[in-house]
Amino acid sequence: MITYKPLSYKVYIPMSLTLADVQRIAHLARIRVSEGEAEQTRNQLNGIFDLIAEMQAVDTAGIAPMAHARDVFQRLRADEVTETDRRAAYQAVAPQTEAGLYLVPQVIE
Amino acid sequence: MQWETVIGLEVHTQLTTKSKIFSGASTAFGAEPNSQACQVDIALPGVLPVLNKGAVERAIKFGLAVGAKLNRVNVFARKNYFYPDLPKGYQISQFELPIVEGGSLTIQVGDQEKVVRLTRAHLEEDAGKSLHEDFHGMTGIDLNRAGTPLLEIVSEPDMCSAAEAVAYAKALHSLVTWIGTCDGNMQEGSFRCDANVSVRRPGEPLGTRREIKNLNSFRFLEQAINYEVRWQIEQIEDGHKIQQATVLFDPDSGETRMMRTKEDAHDYRYFPDPDLLPVKLDEDWIEAIRAGLPELPQARQLRYQAEFGLSAYDAAALTGTRALSDYFEAVAAALAKADPKLAANWVMGELSAALNKAELDIAGSPIPAAKLATLLGRIQDGTLSGKLARQVFEVMWTEGGEVDAIIEARGLKQMSDSGEVERIIDEVLAANPKSVEEFRSGKDKAFNALVGQVMKATRGKANPAQVNDLLKAKLAG
Amino acid sequence: MSQQTIKQLADLLVGGKTSSVELCQDYLARIATHNPNLNAFISVDAERTLAEARAADAARAAGQAGPLTGVPIAHKDIFCAEGWLTTCGSKMLYNFVSPYDAHVISRFKAAGMPTLGKTNMDEFAMGSSNETSYYGPVKNPWDSARVPGGSSGGSAACVAAGLAPAATGTDTGGSIRQPAALCGITGLKPTYGVVSRYGMIAFASSLDQAGPMAQSAEDCALLLNVMAGFDGRDSTSLEREKEDYGRDLAKPLNGLRIGLPKEFFGAGLSGDTAQAVQAAIDEFRKLGATTVEVSLPNSGLSVAAYYVIAPAEASSNLSRFDGVRYGYRTPDYADLTDLYEKSRAEGFGAEVKRRIMIGTYVLSHGYYDAYYIQAQKLRRLIANDFAEAYKACDVILGPTAPTTAFKLGEKADDPVQMYLSDIYTIAVNLAGLPGMSLPCGFDGQGLPIGLQLIGDYFSEARMLNVAHQYQLATDWHQRTPGGF
Repeated sequence: MITYKPLSYKVYIPMSLTLADVQRIAHLARIRVSEGEAEQTRNQLNGIFDLIAEMQAVDTAGIAPMAHARDVFQRLRADEVTETDRRAAYQAVAPQTEAGLYLVPQVIE
Repeated sequence: MQWETVIGLEVHTQLTTKSKIFSGASTAFGAEPNSQACQVDIALPGVLPVLNKGAVERAIKFGLAVGAKLNRVNVFARKNYFYPDLPKGYQISQFELPIVEGGSLTIQVGDQEKVVRLTRAHLEEDAGKSLHEDFHGMTGIDLNRAGTPLLEIVSEPDMCSAAEAVAYAKALHSLVTWIGTCDGNMQEGSFRCDANVSVRRPGEPLGTRREIKNLNSFRFLEQAINYEVRWQIEQIEDGHKIQQATVLFDPDSGETRMMRTKEDAHDYRYFPDPDLLPVKLDEDWIEAIRAGLPELPQARQLRYQAEFGLSAYDAAALTGTRALSDYFEAVAAALAKADPKLAANWVMGELSAALNKAELDIAGSPIPAAKLATLLGRIQDGTLSGKLARQVFEVMWTEGGEVDAIIEARGLKQMSDSGEVERIIDEVLAANPKSVEEFRSGKDKAFNALVGQVMKATRGKANPAQVNDLLKAKLAG
Repeated sequence: MSQQTIKQLADLLVGGKTSSVELCQDYLARIATHNPNLNAFISVDAERTLAEARAADAARAAGQAGPLTGVPIAHKDIFCAEGWLTTCGSKMLYNFVSPYDAHVISRFKAAGMPTLGKTNMDEFAMGSSNETSYYGPVKNPWDSARVPGGSSGGSAACVAAGLAPAATGTDTGGSIRQPAALCGITGLKPTYGVVSRYGMIAFASSLDQAGPMAQSAEDCALLLNVMAGFDGRDSTSLEREKEDYGRDLAKPLNGLRIGLPKEFFGAGLSGDTAQAVQAAIDEFRKLGATTVEVSLPNSGLSVAAYYVIAPAEASSNLSRFDGVRYGYRTPDYADLTDLYEKSRAEGFGAEVKRRIMIGTYVLSHGYYDAYYIQAQKLRRLIANDFAEAYKACDVILGPTAPTTAFKLGEKADDPVQMYLSDIYTIAVNLAGLPGMSLPCGFDGQGLPIGLQLIGDYFSEARMLNVAHQYQLATDWHQRTPGGF
């Protein structure tokens, strides 16, 4: 069982998302949302957050969060090389490759 | 106006496991692109991570070596962000409950010792590599490195100069290679430093820091920090505020610049990885690892001072790497007559100079410890003078061969027959009446000239002490 | 022959009365006839299936047959199967031919069971009606104007219509049990960790669990014997001794204590369903069981907790679909961010995008504790409720779904109403418990009603025993829709 740091501050829960919130979340999730879609998305998300909101009222002081279905510990794998080169099979389904590399638009750090 | 510099380091050390932290793919360096990226590493749909015991073991080893607290239960979390070298769209790392917390490292800055506190060390997976050579205006992604185990070692902001930061990085490098958790190969990226740098006026609270990413040599670390400190001071003195930022160091220009790809607000949405369960460290396992730890550099330094009478400086130099230290101990142990100082002088002097010149580390030395000990033994038994020994060393280094065979073949044996030396002295005195005259009239310098003539006549093979004695006796007589 | 159980087909094969090739040809013919209307399959590959069938027949001829060798099965398209298109119901994977087998697939291959095809499903298993599939909705075989349930809707429909004798499914919030109920078949979600998740495309890792969907509890036991077992590639796979899930099928139910959670019989439950479940309870009493009222006081919060936890995990699990290494990549992009945002906007459907955004939000800075941690605490309260209930009973019984199959399009634009159709199944996933659904009657429109059994951890054999005894005494599970 994992214990987490207790809440040290009060969290402000907005009653509803703004269009700017929707665009911020969409960008974090790397999903393009057009202005037209944003309004509909906002309404649907707010409906879902209303559904979720009921859980805020529950007093859960002293309850340990449950991250996994079973309270068991991680099994460790022996440090052995078990994999062989299967690049050709993996890259057969890739959108764009060259010289064994996956290609993406230029990245400037 | 006085300024204080505050530096903390985050060092990514690649662990020396054979396989990756969450997959059975090889971690060997330099393979064909993506040939060591298995289905887990390239994040095919449906694949899952399983933790490598070897990675956990190395983290425990490090924690024990720095006297840290080991979290008996520690947790892997996901750090979410999009980047092409990060196939899952998240990095598996440790966040709230890292495996190692606290600990410290003692560093040597000039004559001063300083203790640098460690915040934490956590296990995580490395990302792949972006190759920016032009592929029709595109970037190529190689995921061979993706999933290589890293132990990220985070220090407290305890360093106050580039020199201290470098001393810390070197001490850490020495330690992780010493205990074998990391191979320390900085060219291959096995040991990479990020430096958090800020400046403040004395007595004021900490300034805003900027993080210099991916410094893969001690020289760049030093240059980057020095540049960054000057830049920050200039900014503030010009009336600007420092904005928190991530920057890169350009070795060509010697300057730091903002990273373009980190413009996103850092909202990594950490949460416990549901595919990995909490990791439990058994006491028995920890104790077994503790028992297997080698004698650590600091303990050796103290022992060298106490047992061998070496200075703190020499002791520190000899424990720069475990291989060097082991070499020194092997030489000292093989000497017929115990003389660790003689061994130390030769290892740090002749040998280190030759290694530096040849850009070799101790493992690449053409002269093994046993041979060097044999050579020093010939000094101890009077066969060789120091000068002759250096000649033998030179031959061993460049051509190889056994010590005695070289002495024999090149006739480098020191003259021990006093009759022969006396004969030569007589000849020298006869040939240099002027010097004899000057000596007798009180010029000490003339004595040294005569010694030089004798040594020259014996081609350096006479024992200088013996020449001194005999010459003094003759001139007095 | 097509409506025969796995058990019966295995007996026919053992007796030499049919071959795997014959069986597969028969099912493939039925798929060819009915799938254009039902849309239960995304991929069918007759050559591949028949090659596997020939291999199974050869193995039998060589005396190397296992108990189910030669019996075909359909797999939900969430399982990676080498050489098969594996789409997970998404445009994002419209061209993804898997280079590897999921653990579950390799278990069925090792058992000599040919794959009949890959079944339709809600996109990335997110849905309760199969309407979110990029490959079109599946029709309910009992009424083609209605949904089959979801997300394993294709698997449920193909078994109900006799296009496959059985199928695999996965269940994150009810995705085996709810479609099993709506299509009138038997489906089992095992204890979390009993079946490996390796190669099963992740929706919500801490909740996902694969299980069998078949015509009877007895068949489910046979299939679970194949599917279950430790897998070193899944860290959450449990190392347990191999068990025979059919070992207790014949045990009488005398002394069985059935817990009836009062929260499962309140408002929102349709009258027909309540009546059918009550009739089932009466039947169990006749079989020697006793009933006791239990309470799961926090179960009402399970939908809220689930719609924080599942989207949170999903938002992260689905980040790998970025158009770089496989799957859909937008044809036009200006730069890397554009490539990501367009590929994902075009490759994912509306429901998947909604859940990714919910998950992204609840994990984002400043909201994590209020949403994610709070939901995890509720999750523990919900699990504790079950632990308390099992002090008084051996198995919990209730409805699987609040209503029978609803009409296509009826809830498609109202995500919240759709989410509430899993109200009785979700708590089981949060707790990690085994649950199953079995047919227990029909409503006034002739639509099947599902009865849910929820067991304590690792009590699959007991649950299958309870279900099997019920199925010996009733014939709801043997009713089939007309027209197939």
